[in-house]
Amino acid sequence: MVPVAYYLVLSAILFSIGVGAFLIKRNIITIFMSIELMLNAVNLSFVAFANYWRQINHQFSGQIFVFFVMVVAAAEAAVGLAIIIALFRSRSTLNVDQVDLMKL
Amino acid sequence: MHLVLFIIFGAFCVAGAINLLLQRHPINSALSLIVVMTSLAVLYLLLGAEFLAAAQVIVYSGAIMVLFTFVIMLLNAGKEQRTHGSRAAYWLGFPGAAALFALLTFIFLSHQSSLGYAVLGPDMVGTGELSQVLFRNLLLPFEVTSVLILIAILGAVALARHTNENQPGKER
Repeated sequence: MVPVAYYLVLSAILFSIGVGAFLIKRNIITIFMSIELMLNAVNLSFVAFANYWRQINHQFSGQIFVFFVMVVAAAEAAVGLAIIIALFRSRSTLNVDQVDLMKL
Repeated sequence: MHLVLFIIFGAFCVAGAINLLLQRHPINSALSLIVVMTSLAVLYLLLGAEFLAAAQVIVYSGAIMVLFTFVIMLLNAGKEQRTHGSRAAYWLGFPGAAALFALLTFIFLSHQSSLGYAVLGPDMVGTGELSQVLFRNLLLPFEVTSVLILIAILGAVALARHTNENQPGKER
């Protein structure tokens, strides 16, 4: 028996680490990976709330949400990595500090 | 038993995430992200989501992370050189993330009793039960996701294709 709140706290920890990695990392692939980490943290909180909701009225809508988040994340990873490859072709760098075309 | 499993795999999750933050080489970050995702699959199983646990292993730590490692090796990404990023990120971002974490933790722990307990076993959602909802009530959104995947495939192919002939001034 584990309180559902512990799962939610774990999800908050993972999300905060994801935000920190997003800010501190300079490699564009690692930044993209920290976005995936944040998506996973939110998925964990969805599943935890689905467990709570199922105990009350036997529904599990949160798990359906997670299913759709996974589908969208898969599509997003494919397009995002293709954008990274196109970016590497034109700038031949992965460092986000050197990709400053739109900077004033 | 449940608490022991939760502590072990929760510790794996947090350790993998911190390792992702600290490693300099992207391939090490990718491998630690695989650890995080696989431990999350075990936590889903503990919360009674058996289909999502399988999908997490297959889709996330299988497909998506293979795509990531493939791109890292394709682009021959080396160690990142550490530069100081924008100053606003340091002065607003990290206190903001810490404040978000503190606020969420405070709210969750203060409502701990009303959120109840996760018990292993009776709240398991089977694949059949999930598919009944997915293919009856939510059939249209499910079909729309197939269009989304198709558009994503087309976009990925169009973006990653060589476009030498479109840029005549740029030879390589």
